[in-house]
Parts: sequence; C-alpha cells; structure tokens
Amino acid sequence: MTTALLRAHELGLIGCQVCGLVCREPTRPDAACPRCGSALRRRKPDSVRRTWALLIAAFIVYIPANVLPIMRTVSPGDVDDNTILTGVVELWEKGSQELAIIVFTASIVVPMLKFLVLGTLLVCAQRGTSWAQPQRARLYRLIELIGHWSMLDVFVVALLTALVRFSLLSSVEPLPGVIFFGLTVVLTMFAALSFDPRMTWDDKGRE
Amino acid sequence: MASSQIVLQLLSGRSPVRPSWLICEDCDTVYLRRELAAGEVAVCARCGAVLERHIRFSVDALAALVLTALIVFIMGNMWPVATLSLNGREISATLWDMILIMWRDHSRIIGAITAITLFYFPLLNMMGIGWLLLFARQGRRAPGFRLLMITMHYLGPWTMSEVFVLGALVAMVKAKSYFEVMPNPGIYAYAALMVLITVFASIDLRRLWDVVPDHSP
Repeated sequence: MTTALLRAHELGLIGCQVCGLVCREPTRPDAACPRCGSALRRRKPDSVRRTWALLIAAFIVYIPANVLPIMRTVSPGDVDDNTILTGVVELWEKGSQELAIIVFTASIVVPMLKFLVLGTLLVCAQRGTSWAQPQRARLYRLIELIGHWSMLDVFVVALLTALVRFSLLSSVEPLPGVIFFGLTVVLTMFAALSFDPRMTWDDKGRE
Repeated sequence: MASSQIVLQLLSGRSPVRPSWLICEDCDTVYLRRELAAGEVAVCARCGAVLERHIRFSVDALAALVLTALIVFIMGNMWPVATLSLNGREISATLWDMILIMWRDHSRIIGAITAITLFYFPLLNMMGIGWLLLFARQGRRAPGFRLLMITMHYLGPWTMSEVFVLGALVAMVKAKSYFEVMPNPGIYAYAALMVLITVFASIDLRRLWDVVPDHSP
C-alpha cells in the first residue's frame, strides 16, 4: 500500500503552495507558478530555523504574559489585578464553570500545547525519525485549527475595557500582560504557519 | 490509486501543468483528481489530511451566502454588542468603540490586533470573495483575480470573528457579577456571522482557479 503512495519529488512534480497547481519540476531554481505567479518551492523556506526562532520568541513573551496581570478592575476603595490564571479562577467561582473551562483551554492549554507539539515536531523533523508519523501529522493539523482561539482572553479584556467605564464608580483597564499574551498568540500562529508538515514524512530510512 | 497509472500519465503528457492532479499539502503525496459525489471528502491515504471536499453550493448560492455574511457583518458592527448598567447609568459599546478605546487610551498593539483580526481582514475577506464570485457567476475572472486569490490564501488564518463571539460571551458573564448586563443585537448578528463563517471555512476557494477559466492571453 505504501509503495503506491508516491510523493511529488519522486515523480518530478511540484505543487504550488499558494494555488495548489501541480507542475512539472522546473529547471530553474527561481521558477514561478505559471498560474498564480508565486515562487515554486518544494518546501516552506528555512522552515526549521524560522519555526524555532518564532517559537522561542513566543515562549519568551509567554512568561510575562502569565506572570503580569492582564486586567485591572477599579471600584471605590478597591483595585483588583487579574492575571490569566486568576481570571479563570474568578470566572469559575463567580461566573460559569463551563466558560471557565473554555477560557482555561483557550488561554492556558492551547498555548502550552502549541509549544509542546511544535517543539516535538521540530525535534522529530531534525532527527528524520519515522516515529508516530500519522499522530504527528494529526497534531500539526490540530495546532493549525485551534491556534487562533487563544486570542479569546485578549478580546475579553478589550470588550470589558470598552464596557466598564463608569468613571469613579467602576472601570476596567488592560494591563501589560495582555499585550504580551496577544504577542504570544500572534508569534505561535506564525510559528505554526512557518512549520512545514511535509518534514514529518521525510524519514531517513526510506529515502 | 496505482502508482503505475500515475507514472504512465506522467510519461505520456507533454504539458508542464497538470490540473487534474492533486498534491497533498501536508505530505506531498500525489493523487489523480476524481469528481466527488455529494458529501464526499477526499482524504490523503498517507497523512490523513483533507485533500478536497465536495462543494455542495453552486456559485450563485455561494454569492448569496457572502452577501448575507456581509450584511450580517455590517449589522454586527453598527449595533452595540452589549449594554452594562450600574445605578441607573448605562454604557454600551460596539466593536469599533472597543477598537478605538484600545487604540487611543490603552494599547496600540491590542488596538491593532483587534482591528485587523476582527474588522479589516474579515471585511477584506468577504468583499474579496464576493467580488470574485460576482464575476465567477458569469464564468469570468474578476479584475485582480490573481492578486485577490493570493491575498485570500494568506488572510485565511487571521480572521477571528468567531473567537470574538465567545470572547463577548465570557466578558458578559464576567461583568454579570458586578453589573446588570444586557446583550444587544450586535452580538446576535455576530453569532449568525459565526455560523456563516463556519460554512465558508469548509469551502476551498482555490477551486475557483479551475472552475473559472483564464481568458487572458
């Protein structure tokens, strides 16, 4: 069964990464797709290094994103700063436990999962191992699919800031943590986009 | 699919371009394209990625869908999302209030992220698709077809209207422990938009490359 599944380079073909057109392997290295004009490349350029760089950058901003408070609630005689985690706890205690689980997933589980999965995928790709290839492929698609849901907390803080403006009585302000968190989400999304899932199938044993 | 079949085709064809073929984007496996019946999904036998889905909507139906989404989007942006009240004072906010307050008073970065992912990209996306489909209905490629198709490809992951719906819900529940919270029509429009966007997400617009012929010399 596996012998029947030929890959593009084995057939001298190349698929355009932007429009999907299947072309014959071009002779020139700087060839463009005849249909959409994008550069024809076998792989996303410099995938391993770019993904590592973005992932490490994301991890660096992820630390202040969690340690610093993301939101301040001011009411007469009381100033309350919330981090991402205390925000989830508060939602669990005062609001809705179902929503608390959703926020916990989007803000804490998903970013952690992205670091773990992309890190693992990169190490595996660099070693050229054939270990758990179908599972690795599935994990990558999962990361791609759920990545942007982490922006949830950023939108929560932004909307609360816009709504809670009762001057001296009560107000909500965003704090620097939310900026770092937003940057974490953007950087991990770029990291996932720059990772080339084709690398998962480049095991050295079969080439 | 037999590999000998592919190789035979490869050797016999002279054209450098093979529109009847398909390459899995996640693992580079080559397939011959087959017409899909209603509800069918072509899945890569090596990595399990979706290669192609049957599109159950006609171009006309898709155009109608985009138009609906666009109208709902405009309503969602005009109407406030929610109203809070405290001691008889009421404050409501639209999506743009939120973006502007962030940009002006607090953080430019968050203002920019929200403006891009919740307003500019979704709007550009819908108008772009609408424009392409408008001409596709007449079997023509719209002016700027190539540029738009490429733009749509890169825009894909950065529209987050559906995340905003959930975010607004969380914000309202959080506010509920301190204020009286009233959901406004804006959030209902957004909820409808969320459904429409989910429908769109299952449609691979890249089929337009094949469906609409290129008449340019």
